[in-house]
Amino acid sequence: MSGFGFNISKSSTIEYKPEDFQLANIIEENEPTSRLCISCGSCSATCTGSEFAKLRMHYIHLYVKRNLTDKIREELQNCMFCGKCQLVCPRGVNNRNIIRLLWENI
Amino acid sequence: MRQYDTKYQTVIIGGGIAGMTAALQLYKFGIKSLIIEKEDKLGGHLIKWYKLFPGFVNADEVVSNVVSELIDKRMQVITGAEVTSIDSIYDNYIIRTSSGHSFEAESVLLAHGFKTFDPTKKEEYGYGLYSNVKTSVEIENILKEHSNITIPKRVGLIHCVGSRDEKAGNLHCSKLCCVSAVKQSIELKERFPDAEIICFYIDLRMFDNGFEELYMEAQIEHGIKFIRGRLSECSQNIDGSLVLKVQDTLTGLPMNVNVDWLILMVGKEAAKLPKFDKSIDVKLAPNKFVAPENIFYNPNQTSQPGIFCGGTVSGPKTIHESAADAKAAAMSIIDYLNRK
Repeated sequence: MSGFGFNISKSSTIEYKPEDFQLANIIEENEPTSRLCISCGSCSATCTGSEFAKLRMHYIHLYVKRNLTDKIREELQNCMFCGKCQLVCPRGVNNRNIIRLLWENI
Repeated sequence: MRQYDTKYQTVIIGGGIAGMTAALQLYKFGIKSLIIEKEDKLGGHLIKWYKLFPGFVNADEVVSNVVSELIDKRMQVITGAEVTSIDSIYDNYIIRTSSGHSFEAESVLLAHGFKTFDPTKKEEYGYGLYSNVKTSVEIENILKEHSNITIPKRVGLIHCVGSRDEKAGNLHCSKLCCVSAVKQSIELKERFPDAEIICFYIDLRMFDNGFEELYMEAQIEHGIKFIRGRLSECSQNIDGSLVLKVQDTLTGLPMNVNVDWLILMVGKEAAKLPKFDKSIDVKLAPNKFVAPENIFYNPNQTSQPGIFCGGTVSGPKTIHESAADAKAAAMSIIDYLNRK
């Protein structure tokens, strides 16, 4: 197709298959509070790192559940592990432990 | 034909939880009432439910407790009779039924409840086309009957079917589908422990005591998954499973999800009013539910003096809200009869 001047980009559709949940399962088993995230965004709003770099904790939660590992790596490298996200979480999600588990497992 | 008195202080239309509660409250204040129920059994929609949120109490238990109190008090009840017309005569009302009875009443309580949304109107969801698309009412039956069915590996629940949807003709929120979906997710997970349960929502409106707690319990203890996005369309695979095309609005990416069962959380719509004569003016809200005369000061009085509303007639309510509203309606009736 490219010979005709067309480009086909990879489909962005999430297929949501059970075999894609390995990382999510590891995180959920070791830190069950990760299931409680409601994407309110408090964590990202309070994050010191997010002002200057791409780091949004509530997106990390979603990317884990959707198995978007490249996007997790991109966000994860900017975390300074200060734990402010955990202090503000209205649902008691242990964000620091989740970041630690991601560093170990990704 | 069983004989009934012809004159009552109040005739209650509908023998659901609202009608029955109101009758018992009126009885306590010495008001003579009659319940007219169109089905053969008392209890309304409640007799179709399995367990009630948030405490997982058996619905049958609640119905039988209220019904046995009615029997105990020898309350007048007529079942299997639909109200065909209500006419005003001076400041009283004549109520005629399909069973050929006619009654005179000083006041009327509308407690005929709601009807569930017909999901065949949302053709793209495949209800009536694919056998694995079920409504939330049917799921209550499946859970209640303990019938032998093929065990699903994955179940999707679609919130807001026929609610908050201008195209379906209903702008209002049906209030309890969110918490019903969470309740049914937990029940399904307990019945099918290996199944994956996914809720597709637009908002989760956990407005009452214990609801948010139930939502948290569903997430952390039962691992129910919640995806924000409304179903666009559902199609069937060759093996009978279903493909859901949804937008995951939180990541902003499209999503295809395969499920074995699809459960549609059908909303509440206003039930058909009885036929009133021309002189009776019962005003309706834009969503076709009965509009109270004044929602702050007189929430159970309709725009027609002597005709009252109790329970879901005036909008979606949970069971305990219905019962509370019916008690309030009974007190408004007592007040009206005393001043008459």
